[in-house]
Amino acid sequence: MLIKLTGGTVYDPASGIAGQQQDLFIQDGRIVDAPTDGRPVDQEYDLRGKVVMSGAIDMHTHIGGGKGNIARTLLPEDHRLDPVHRTPVTRSGNGHAMPSTYVAGYRYAEMGYTACFEPAVLPINARQAHMEMGDTPIVDKGGYVMLGSDDFLLRMLTAKKDQKAINDYVAWTLNAAKGIGIKVVNAGGINAFKFNQRKLDLDEKNSHYDVTPRQILQTLARAVKELGITHPLHVHGCNLGVPGNLETTLNTIQGIEGLPMHLTHIQFHSYGTEGDFKFSSGAAQIAEAINQNKNISADVGQILFGQTVTASGDNMRQHANHRFASPNKWVCMDIECDAGCGVVPFKYKDQNFVNALQWAIGLEIFLLVEDPWRIFLTTDHPNGAPFTSYPHLIRLLMDRSFRNDMLATIHPEAQKMTTLASIEREYSLSEIAIMTRAGAARIIGLKDRGALSPGNFADITVYTENADRQAMFTKPDYVFKDGELVVRDGQVVKVTWGTTHIVKPEYDLSIENELKPYFDKYLTMKLGNFKISDDEISEDGRGSLTAHPLRGAA
Amino acid sequence: MTEITEVPSPFCGIGTDDLAIRVDGLSLQVAANGCAVNTPGFEQPITDTSPRVGGQAVDLDTAVAKAAALLRDTKQPVIAGCATDVNGMRGLLALADKSGAVVDNVNFPAARRNLLALQDSGWMNTTLAELKNRCDVLLIVGTDLEAFAPRFFERYLWNEQSMFLDNTASRDVIYLGKAPSGDASTSPAGKTATVLTCADADLPDVVAVLAALIKKQPVLAQNVAGIAVTDLQAVADKLKTAQYGVILWGAAALAYDHAELTVQTICNIVKDINLQGTRCSGFPLGGREGDQTANQVCGWTTGYPARVNFARGYPEYDPFLYDSQAMLANGEADALIWVHAFNVNAKPPRTTLPTIVIGRSGMTFEKEPDVFIPVGTPGIDHAGHAYRLDNVVAIRLKKLRDSGLPSTAEVLHAIEQAL
Ligand SMILES: [Zn+2]
Repeated sequence: MLIKLTGGTVYDPASGIAGQQQDLFIQDGRIVDAPTDGRPVDQEYDLRGKVVMSGAIDMHTHIGGGKGNIARTLLPEDHRLDPVHRTPVTRSGNGHAMPSTYVAGYRYAEMGYTACFEPAVLPINARQAHMEMGDTPIVDKGGYVMLGSDDFLLRMLTAKKDQKAINDYVAWTLNAAKGIGIKVVNAGGINAFKFNQRKLDLDEKNSHYDVTPRQILQTLARAVKELGITHPLHVHGCNLGVPGNLETTLNTIQGIEGLPMHLTHIQFHSYGTEGDFKFSSGAAQIAEAINQNKNISADVGQILFGQTVTASGDNMRQHANHRFASPNKWVCMDIECDAGCGVVPFKYKDQNFVNALQWAIGLEIFLLVEDPWRIFLTTDHPNGAPFTSYPHLIRLLMDRSFRNDMLATIHPEAQKMTTLASIEREYSLSEIAIMTRAGAARIIGLKDRGALSPGNFADITVYTENADRQAMFTKPDYVFKDGELVVRDGQVVKVTWGTTHIVKPEYDLSIENELKPYFDKYLTMKLGNFKISDDEISEDGRGSLTAHPLRGAA
Repeated sequence: MTEITEVPSPFCGIGTDDLAIRVDGLSLQVAANGCAVNTPGFEQPITDTSPRVGGQAVDLDTAVAKAAALLRDTKQPVIAGCATDVNGMRGLLALADKSGAVVDNVNFPAARRNLLALQDSGWMNTTLAELKNRCDVLLIVGTDLEAFAPRFFERYLWNEQSMFLDNTASRDVIYLGKAPSGDASTSPAGKTATVLTCADADLPDVVAVLAALIKKQPVLAQNVAGIAVTDLQAVADKLKTAQYGVILWGAAALAYDHAELTVQTICNIVKDINLQGTRCSGFPLGGREGDQTANQVCGWTTGYPARVNFARGYPEYDPFLYDSQAMLANGEADALIWVHAFNVNAKPPRTTLPTIVIGRSGMTFEKEPDVFIPVGTPGIDHAGHAYRLDNVVAIRLKKLRDSGLPSTAEVLHAIEQAL
């Protein structure tokens, strides 16, 4: 079937198109050139006056894995406020802070998103992450596999294994857990907490292993580069949420020595200690460091006010933050000599000085980082806010007077501590398209997505132009996923199943000669049973795997 | 005859995956690493191979059509049991969503004790590999661990090597409440467990005193339920000086009113120890016959762990109201679907309502259900996934033989499609 999208105003930064009126054609799930053979168009959509972008990509959102299910189970009262009815095409469920998987897929699609990436896939919990993502309809998905607090890696580092052996282990794990990138959370810190260390600075040693976070980051960033994995090492830094952690973050940027590195939810790592409350914005220094260091990218992890739940692998920091839990209940877990997790409900309040300043810091970073290809629109769902708040966040970035109106309502001392009012920048539609589409596809290493050029998969979102950007981005007119119309007027009209994006770096099989006895001696599962097979993703007939190419060997 | 090794068990909940199974046609024999829980689970013979409607053998399509017909005009069906694998639960929840059913898993009355504590105040827990490598003090509350999981000590306490203990045989094991039924808790070097017994009904008091001692609150009593407070003080001191203490409980064993408060007290003890500067973790036992699997899949599909009602078109959770047994007894339901793919002795509750049983081959009934569809067992007749007791680890179940029995998921999906 040949589908024609006629006369839309196209924003396709990957192709250098910024608001040009043009037609698009879809056939067999892909975008194709305008037919020259006189073939008839089977279906036509008149998009004159509408804005056309590729489907949006959330490069960091917690949509799969055990901590999300703990968060769900922990908060029945939150779900009761947002029940989602079954319809003839969709399943029932519920939403808000940590929606059920079906609802997450529908709501992402209804906002024009067509791909979502889970950033904290513990290797031992990867099956669950894939099963939850497997029950998340419409959107494509993928995960970054967490390393850095796993005992096997720390043993290797203490034993001064060479980089080649580390690379083999990293590649083996990525293949076994089926991810597209490597994530580090509080490098070594989750492990140190198991030895009763309550904090771990960048150059502080684990009390058992002869290793510092800086070494872990350097080693893993090198492994990622040398294996040819496109997505840079995805780093949740040390000292999350600690006043003064700005210094740690700047040190981390310097310490990576030019290797590609993505700093996630950087808002939570950009705090100074100035002022009466000993808490201040480090946004200007952080943004400057990102501007200066082209090897660095970041997503913001914007907080927005209201009830949410934080769900993180960083149980060291989550344990420290549990006293802010609202409602007052929380979970921490140590997990399988592999990682950990902490789940703490939070209610961010605009009249709380710290929360209000966190809100401003996030926005400052968005607006002070110059290159939209290296900064990404996230709330670190659900940590900063549920992903459903993206349209509101987009308006804050695109509409200065709206932003300043909001600023005028937050805690007065926080207003004094931020330069936000003086920042004039307003994001353009092209810049929004970069940070939510083209840039995201590029940094994850997705081939054939995030752009509207012929040959790409037809993931396309169509909006009605509206000066109220929140309204505009809340409810697309049309969303096409792999060429099929899945959303019309902001409502799911057809349910499809996206693919799972992975990479498969090569490794020396002999790494299993070391891993097998380690599994047999210390772990609780056999090596062969640990590895996820392809059929586990595809056996129900709706899942599939899409392997992306690696960069040329380093 | 073939022998399949590294077979994971769907029966014991502790995720043993070192079984060797001899397969001879349809008959299975556990050749290595069996136990009192797993061996009978694997070796149960297949008897029924075809479905029955009203006691008469029929083909699968006929049975599915009859099940759908029974469900079609119901207002409040209940789907109970829920003992199956991940795909089985997916199919079960899809059917429940479409038919407006209540979903209630068979072990929920025990799991609820944990869930209520979790949903009220949360916890700090750990998983098996951490326990295996780190735990130097294990406190077992109100539970006969060895009877629950015969191989627990062998696999996770008396392991020859651990990463962080020089000698696993010197681990301290303390029983509070129940005494161990055998000697699995005695270390290979002959070190025996400390056993402080009391009646189940007295556990809330005993645990409360231990909590007070942990918090350094004054305790005036000299003993509680026959246990000397000085002995409890010694337990508190051990936990506080441990490298990595673990407090384990089996919610199913805490069979008295408001046991969730005991679970909550245990969880608070763990949190208090961590706040005072020592690492400690909780460890709830469970996970038998798919109960953890049921709660996990229900959790991500509906947002709630179980006891969910879809009658109004969206999931509603109530851990008390949607008790399938009570609903059947009170006339609040109008049909029963019983799903149990693991255990031939796990039979549906008695009811005069239309009853559909999707069960393990070999089930016998006092009263023949309207529809009986024998299904394969996950991990034997088809591949699948099941959750281990520590909730984090999903194990990949293997297919061991070609029985031709359909999976729970296939049957439930067919009924859903026929509705
Ligand atoms: Zn995150």
